[in-house]
Amino acid sequence: MTVREALLLAGQLLGLLTALVVVVLSLIWLERKALARFQNRMGPMRVGFHGLLQPVADALKLLVKEDLVPTWADRALFWSAPLMVFVPSFVVWVTIPLAKEVVIRNLEMGLFYIVAFSILPVVGLVLAGWSSANKYAMLGSLRSAAQLVSYEIPIVMAVIALVMVPESLNLVTIVEGQRTVPYAALQPLGLALFLLAGVAEVGRTPFDIYFAESEVVGGPFVEYSGAHWSVFFLVEYINTFVVGVLVALLFLGGWTFPLVPEAAWLGFLWVVAKTYLVVLVMFWLRGTLPRLRVDQLMSFGWQLLVPLSFANIVITGFYKFYRWPGWTLTLMSLALLLLAGWLVYRRQTRPAAATAEEMLARARAYRRREA
Amino acid sequence: MITLAHLQVLSAALFCVGLYGVLARRNAVLILLAIELMLNAVNINLIGFAAFVDHEQFVGQVLAIFVITVAAAEVGLALAVLLRLYRSRASVRVDDLNMLKW
Amino acid sequence: MTPSLFLFYAASALTLGGGMGVVATRNVVYAALSLLASLMGVAGIYLVLFAEFLALVQVLIYGGAIVIVVLFALMLTRLRELGGPMEHRQWPLALVGALGLFAVLAAAIARTGVPQGLERMGPPVAKVGASLFSQWAVPFEAASVLLLVALIGAIVLARPGGRD
Repeated sequence: MTVREALLLAGQLLGLLTALVVVVLSLIWLERKALARFQNRMGPMRVGFHGLLQPVADALKLLVKEDLVPTWADRALFWSAPLMVFVPSFVVWVTIPLAKEVVIRNLEMGLFYIVAFSILPVVGLVLAGWSSANKYAMLGSLRSAAQLVSYEIPIVMAVIALVMVPESLNLVTIVEGQRTVPYAALQPLGLALFLLAGVAEVGRTPFDIYFAESEVVGGPFVEYSGAHWSVFFLVEYINTFVVGVLVALLFLGGWTFPLVPEAAWLGFLWVVAKTYLVVLVMFWLRGTLPRLRVDQLMSFGWQLLVPLSFANIVITGFYKFYRWPGWTLTLMSLALLLLAGWLVYRRQTRPAAATAEEMLARARAYRRREA
Repeated sequence: MITLAHLQVLSAALFCVGLYGVLARRNAVLILLAIELMLNAVNINLIGFAAFVDHEQFVGQVLAIFVITVAAAEVGLALAVLLRLYRSRASVRVDDLNMLKW
Repeated sequence: MTPSLFLFYAASALTLGGGMGVVATRNVVYAALSLLASLMGVAGIYLVLFAEFLALVQVLIYGGAIVIVVLFALMLTRLRELGGPMEHRQWPLALVGALGLFAVLAAAIARTGVPQGLERMGPPVAKVGASLFSQWAVPFEAASVLLLVALIGAIVLARPGGRD
């Protein structure tokens, strides 16, 4: 690589970092406004026109806050945990194409590269909790690692089932293969799996039990303050955007379906529009659904999403091997999705396992045993 | 110019570092980490041969995939055994785990 | 110094440095993180050898699964080492043994006439996958059974309140 190429790459990476920060600021504003509207209020209105400068105010506040490091914390790990969470989240952007030619490096195995590097932040989270010298932070980090590793399986299986259709891991090839039919129409179950598991991977409500303020006071992040914590906050929004971009590229057609603009910048705008649409759906989920308890979360992942993701691979395999037409895959996928929805509905609406009196008696007996 | 000898020496060095770790450490989990080093040294050797010698069949890469798979299974199971031992003996030092019956 | 040679030396330094960190440090969490660094170095070596698929598999499985499981185990077995040395009393013997083995292996490498074939582009992922399912199908199935057995065994062993 010549010096010129290296400088060009450095410039591209710097531009990417700046763009990501701007995107995160916009997402912070969008989330607060969207949640406010869902909850029938206005959201930030004072700082700038309709609160547009609110994220800037938030960022300034976070940077100016005092950086506390606990006395018994392992300083080296405490400082490097946010870095270990941030670097993989940034590195996956190198291979995400935002238009046909707008990509820093289009790898032949781009999707596998993204999947592989999106597991690494879990190590950073575990270290964040461990290095805080705080028992609750440790418990939170163990829980977060369990959740993230569990939901990695439906994501990887959904990606495998998706990749079976165009037979390529190259993101540009996958998007170009959706010129006529997006893969969301072909694999609605895959879209549902990827979106739900992606929301769980990012750690958004309803899957944010491991760092929810009202439950575990921040989980692994409890001892981080100010600028340190802002890195975790930044990474959460970057991951939200990554999940949105991947859904837009893999399932919604990227820059191709339904209109195929010729100019590259139009395609770029089209991808960005679809990504923001998916991100709004994720905000919608946050504003509507209550938080899952940790055992509900794990059973949702292992008892529902994992078998569904395996079934998704099996039906896609049938479609590819017997060369059935596309609508058979859609039908099978929708049938499985409806079956899953019906099972969840039955589980939610069945009568409680114990009456209120029994639960109260159990609670009293527990406290008596404790004392 | 990277030659096969470079890779073989690297693989031998990593293997010997892992061997020292297995023989000298007291904490069973650290012994497991050193075993992982040895498995990786073997993988480097396999893939080195696949890259330099075996161009049509790349057997080394396929075997390396299997080695990684088996290593992952072995780590999971070994840590489960160690956790069990820790619960009954409250120690993971191999000095304390030297009785065949208790 | 071509770029690939530079990358090879950098990745080797990371690998061996991480390896020494694993076997020498007093803090067990630092040992696990040194292992992570070493394994990422090995992934770099695979990249130099044109085995990109293996490099990503290495990052995914070792970095994303094994290191996390090891960190879990370290944290659950109360690893603030309450004093005491990290090595056996016979560690000089282990050092002599390891160095001796390395000397023997290096001498064997130097004397053997290994074929100096040229590196070429590795096989595409599709070919590796095809060979895994055709020529290596039986070991593949055996490996999946092995993983299933390991999974069940680990769950049964680590269950709380099992019979001792």
